Amino acid sequence: MSELIHLHYDVDGEDFVSCGHASEDVRRTLKSIGISGEVIRKVSIAMYEGEINMVIHADGGVADVSICEDGIVVTLSDTGKGIADIDQAMQEGFSTATDEIRELGFGAGMGLPNMKKYSDSMDIKSEVGKGTVVTLKFNL
Amino acid sequence: MTINEVKQRLDADAVVLSDKPIEGVYAGDFLSRVMSKAPSGCVWLTVMNNVNVAGVAVLAEINAVVLCEGVVPDALLCDKCRAEGISLLTTPLDVFSACVRLGS
Ligand SMILES: Nc1ncnc2c1ncn2[C@@H]1O[C@H](COP(=O)(O)OP(=O)(O)OP(=O)(O)O)[C@@H](O)[C@H]1O
Ligand SMILES: [Mg+2]
Repeated sequence: MSELIHLHYDVDGEDFVSCGHASEDVRRTLKSIGISGEVIRKVSIAMYEGEINMVIHADGGVADVSICEDGIVVTLSDTGKGIADIDQAMQEGFSTATDEIRELGFGAGMGLPNMKKYSDSMDIKSEVGKGTVVTLKFNL
Repeated sequence: MTINEVKQRLDADAVVLSDKPIEGVYAGDFLSRVMSKAPSGCVWLTVMNNVNVAGVAVLAEINAVVLCEGVVPDALLCDKCRAEGISLLTTPLDVFSACVRLGS
């Protein structure tokens, strides 16, 4: 599938009070090129969860979005602490978030399950001490 | 339901009033749970008070936020709701009482 649009973002890991800017920009772009509302909502939520995870669990990272004729691929890569047990991390309610982060409304342990729920396919590669790459695909 | 009906039923004050229609109600504070369960177009009742509330509302297409229990909205939250056309109300009611009034 040939790529029509590629978007790249550096996601700052310092600021968890004001975050989610990459996902909001992707949402605006998808709207402007006439992607269906249902797909936009799915991409927006799934990407936001991934973006926030990089901010609160990995000191930031990079997000790449590739828009093709038949699908959208979102890749979130970081060089943070990694995930030791991916099956456990995928369970609803599992979270290692601190109290400070919970007070902001994150840390329900629902982010990865939401990414799975709202994407058409999801892949996680992670190595402890090296980082995490999450790939989300959405069919058009 | 219109946002003005929501405002009346909750004895709420409006910080931002947008004319987006309201379809459905969701109550909760954890942002990921809201993104999992809140229906598109709904009014969201919460006590969570920071700018990420508006970010979640934008991405999950939530049309109005009601801060319950007299929570005074954070300045950044007000700014972002205004910029995005998301209604922002405040009510002295607790979340349960607000749900009862919207449900009856
Ligand atoms: N990019 C990442 N780097 C390191 N650890 C991660 C990363 N993403 C997720 N995790 C780990 O997986 C756990 C579960 O992630 P998930 O997104 O489901 O929940 P959460 O971020 O803790 O809370 P929520 O997403 O509901 O706000 C996290 O608490 C964290 O331990
Ligand atoms: Mg998360």
